[in-house]
Amino acid sequence: MANTNVFAFAESRSGELRRAALEAVTAARGVADSTGGQVHAMLAGGAGIGALAAKLAACGADVVLVLENPGFANYNPEALAATVAARLSAGGYRAAFFIASAQGRDLAPRVAAKCQLPIAADVTEFSVGADAVTVKHPGYTGKIIQSFTLRAATAILSLRPGAVLPKESAKPGTVEQITSAIDPSSARVVVTSTVRSEGAKLDLGEAPVIVSGGRGLRESGNFKLVEDLAAAFGNAAVGATRAVTDEGWRPHSDQIGQTGRLVSPQLYIACGISGAIQHLAGMRTSKTIVAINRDKEAPIFKVADYGIVGDVLEILPVLTAAVKEAKKGA
Amino acid sequence: MKIAVLIKRVPDMDLRFKIASNGTSVDESGLKFDISDFDGYAVEAALQTKEKQADPAASEVVVISLGPDVVQETLRKAMSLGADRAIHLKCDTPVHDSYAIATALAAELKGGGYDLVMFGRMSIDTANQSTGPIVAELLGLPIITAISKLGLEGGRVKARRELEGSYELIECPMPAVVTIDEGIARPRYPSLKGIMAAKKKPLEVKPAQVGEERYKLDKMELPPERAAGRIIGEGKDAVPELVRLLKEEAKVL
Repeated sequence: MANTNVFAFAESRSGELRRAALEAVTAARGVADSTGGQVHAMLAGGAGIGALAAKLAACGADVVLVLENPGFANYNPEALAATVAARLSAGGYRAAFFIASAQGRDLAPRVAAKCQLPIAADVTEFSVGADAVTVKHPGYTGKIIQSFTLRAATAILSLRPGAVLPKESAKPGTVEQITSAIDPSSARVVVTSTVRSEGAKLDLGEAPVIVSGGRGLRESGNFKLVEDLAAAFGNAAVGATRAVTDEGWRPHSDQIGQTGRLVSPQLYIACGISGAIQHLAGMRTSKTIVAINRDKEAPIFKVADYGIVGDVLEILPVLTAAVKEAKKGA
Repeated sequence: MKIAVLIKRVPDMDLRFKIASNGTSVDESGLKFDISDFDGYAVEAALQTKEKQADPAASEVVVISLGPDVVQETLRKAMSLGADRAIHLKCDTPVHDSYAIATALAAELKGGGYDLVMFGRMSIDTANQSTGPIVAELLGLPIITAISKLGLEGGRVKARRELEGSYELIECPMPAVVTIDEGIARPRYPSLKGIMAAKKKPLEVKPAQVGEERYKLDKMELPPERAAGRIIGEGKDAVPELVRLLKEEAKVL
């Protein structure tokens, strides 16, 4: 009998569920509804992680596989890959969804290799058929869309964060406790600590709004204006261009672009960013783009839905006040 | 210390691409090619690792690339920077399945006696970020991916990995595979002396033992153009109109 169930890896970090978990379960739900199978979501972590199972059920998990073990309090790539691979190899899964976050990008190919299966990575669109899975994956820094066909009994896919938005679809989410396929303390690769970067309240992979700053801010102290605008939104993360992270105004992990993070928020506000190709590669798939820049010929205005020509230092405080006002009325 | 660095030849991403008439590759006319960005950082990290050894001359950096004959230019470039020798795994047809590519790379690396195998975090063209981890699994070696800091201490790799809004400190025993993110080190430029020396360094050519392709490229397309941008005004007077549009038109506020 053909495989009908669908696996979803539910990412967590430091005992908290990541938005990626809900995206993976939502994607799996869509496929299971067409194959007539069940969604099995797997959640791994230290003591108490099982309490998060209900959130996965709300997005469509029929079964939540809970791996609760102190050896998984930090990300344990080897033990996790072995456990996921053992589950997938036991059979019955038409597809397995991961999200191409930092963790998913690490885990999914490990699992694929252990299962001796091919992988479709960083997918933005997919269609799961009986014999083949077709996907789209942007390459060449987003300048070329590549279409692929994946042929495997179980299709392993990692989806670009934001490619599927979490959707409610309540299912029973029956909890099944599972154990690690290997002794977690025997893993050779050990995460000794997970440290939250300073000042990062919301991160780039999760935030629906990103306010990003470039060299047009002129000096590091002026980044405060970007942070203030992000704070006014309340659901915004702060990003930066490579020029800014190279200057050390912001940490490298904040860099959006070809060699940094690839983001697709609902709203992207580019402040004092000229729009170098390197930067556009990381944010051009954002739903709505706003650009504020002094140079009206700047390439950022070619991709911006709404542009304001002018000095960011003058415009940002006014915009921040206006957003605060709008949020108050909302 | 014996280090292998796997490198890929890719086009310069700053140029405008055209799709070739076969529909599955880029038109290469007018493009410039070089080492993929992250692979360049990996070469630099390997060279610095070698230079830090008590006796650098006893260490070796081997660069390996899979592809048609033109990848030899890329291998020579890496040798001009300081890599000691090169291996060209010859394969004239493009391969897109990371697993199939990893099979060929693992076949070459196996039994090579490498203490450290380095990759860029991903190639900047196909951007799959999968080959390194699959190679590590095929070789049975531990792997740490996307590292922004690398330390070697008492036979162990100690690294830092950037996450969204956080970072991890992570370690494993050697021999190991690592994939390199940005932030490790700025690649050096080749010196004239280095370029001359590279011409005489050994470059071995072998057929690539590529695995079966189960992930196939059907077509390439240019992304739809974003609708032309709209400048709504100048200076702070344009703010109220922007806020109105974000509320009423884009519905994001």
